[in-house]
Amino acid sequence: MITRDDVLHISKLARVKLGDNEVDKFREGFQSILEYFEILDEVKDDVEPTFQVLPIKNVFRDDSIKESLERKEVLMNAKHVENGYFKGPRIVD
Amino acid sequence: MITISEWKEMSKEETLAELLERIEKSKLNAFITVNERAIEDFKKPENGKLAGIPVAVKDNISTKGMLTTCASKILHNYIPPFDAHVVERLKQEGAVIIGKTNMDEFAMGTTTETSYFGVVRNPHDLDRVAGGSSGGSAACVAAGESVLSLGSDTGGSIRCPASFCGVYGLKPTYGLVSRYGLIPYANSLEQIGPFAACVDDLALLLEVIAGKDERDSTSAGKGFKFKPENRSYRIGIIKEMTGDEHVISSFNEAVELIKREHEVEEVSMPSFKYALAAYYIIAMSEASSNLARYDGVRYGLSLDELTSWNEYFSRVRAEGFGDEVKRRIMLGSYALSAGYYGKYYLKALKVRTLVIDDFKKALGKYDILISPTMPSLPFRIGELADPLTMYKADVNTVPINLSGIPSLSMPIFERKGLPVGLQIMANYFEENRILSFAKWLEEKIKAVS
Repeated sequence: MITRDDVLHISKLARVKLGDNEVDKFREGFQSILEYFEILDEVKDDVEPTFQVLPIKNVFRDDSIKESLERKEVLMNAKHVENGYFKGPRIVD
Repeated sequence: MITISEWKEMSKEETLAELLERIEKSKLNAFITVNERAIEDFKKPENGKLAGIPVAVKDNISTKGMLTTCASKILHNYIPPFDAHVVERLKQEGAVIIGKTNMDEFAMGTTTETSYFGVVRNPHDLDRVAGGSSGGSAACVAAGESVLSLGSDTGGSIRCPASFCGVYGLKPTYGLVSRYGLIPYANSLEQIGPFAACVDDLALLLEVIAGKDERDSTSAGKGFKFKPENRSYRIGIIKEMTGDEHVISSFNEAVELIKREHEVEEVSMPSFKYALAAYYIIAMSEASSNLARYDGVRYGLSLDELTSWNEYFSRVRAEGFGDEVKRRIMLGSYALSAGYYGKYYLKALKVRTLVIDDFKKALGKYDILISPTMPSLPFRIGELADPLTMYKADVNTVPINLSGIPSLSMPIFERKGLPVGLQIMANYFEENRILSFAKWLEEKIKAVS
């Protein structure tokens, strides 16, 4: 059973702030979806997992210098810019 | 629908202006952005395989200098400073990029109802959905608002709308088309692929976008060139991939045609019982990690006041993401969290191994596998209100993405005036076989219709 506290915990893990009225709405969906996922309990554990489907490993390229984007282009989508840098919120409270 | 050869017959500036006017007056909502310079681009003398051909591009594929929103509020103002590999290829071949198509937000949906810019309507019935997540890309080809288009397919997002709109759509083998510049949802599952009005056009667009790109580390380094083969195939009908009475009656009508020249048997894939749950766990887990990049600092939705990191980050995401995206990010974070990793994520990856084994066995015995693409006719708008019910509509398409094999959806026989799609699968990098068979069936269906 998924509780309101579980939903608040999950939203904190995911860094998505939920309004009070949203908690119940998501709780219902989580309950039925996670119940459906229980079907995997039937599957035996003695199988190797597949992380990706192609037999490709460690693809390298030459470490050669190429043109990069102009600073102006990189910053053009940012709202908070200072001295040619992105400006972010405080990391330490 | 307009094929390339039809377009070439009539292609002149006025025809393009008519096409743009059709988009302008359209009730479908297939486009988020229309290229304002389309006519100028068209006037430039171009050489190449797609010279002067209008191509629409799904709005999760980066276009330099042209708005790319992923149909999300969090990217509503984002202008990429670079082109995706596939967009570079379109431009090199002289295509006219007509605009950016509407989709489910971050490609998370089966109906294009989760778009921040509103639902895409089905050209065959405006009260029904066009399918998703590449709903705009399918609808615009079906309605003659473009000749070709690109979509992306993570769990059926090309094949579902192709089926619902009655057009051809292909999810290529994982690694055949570079994902450089595709805004990621679930990297290990998704591929960019073409939509078209006929098999030859679909094959030509695939030829243009396939090939090695060192900027995608999962690029397989193979190209593609369509050489139709004319032969009889051994074909397996997948028992676990089924549909409602309308879909099945249309599918059986196609099977009767196929049986005249090919050997057809039923084949069972026991692991598919677990494929849908495994697919959603993997997709949500990858999404929760991928979408962490939307921090409200470098691009997209930003808030006026820079508060503390956790507060700012959580608020931007609360305001910027829609409900379905929030749901998948949260469940993905949960599936990867301490104590649940083994139960959900790792278990899902084990199911993926079982699905691959089932395909290997079946494709050892059969040249081609077929099924209905979608289990039902296009849904009415608003019909799938409950998320789990919507997820279950993907039951026939997700096993393909878990395994990475290619799969095509093509229109067969309409029921109640609505399109039905048939799904064609073959082994890794056997797009030529899929397209050859689809071309044969396309001609047979045309002959009896």
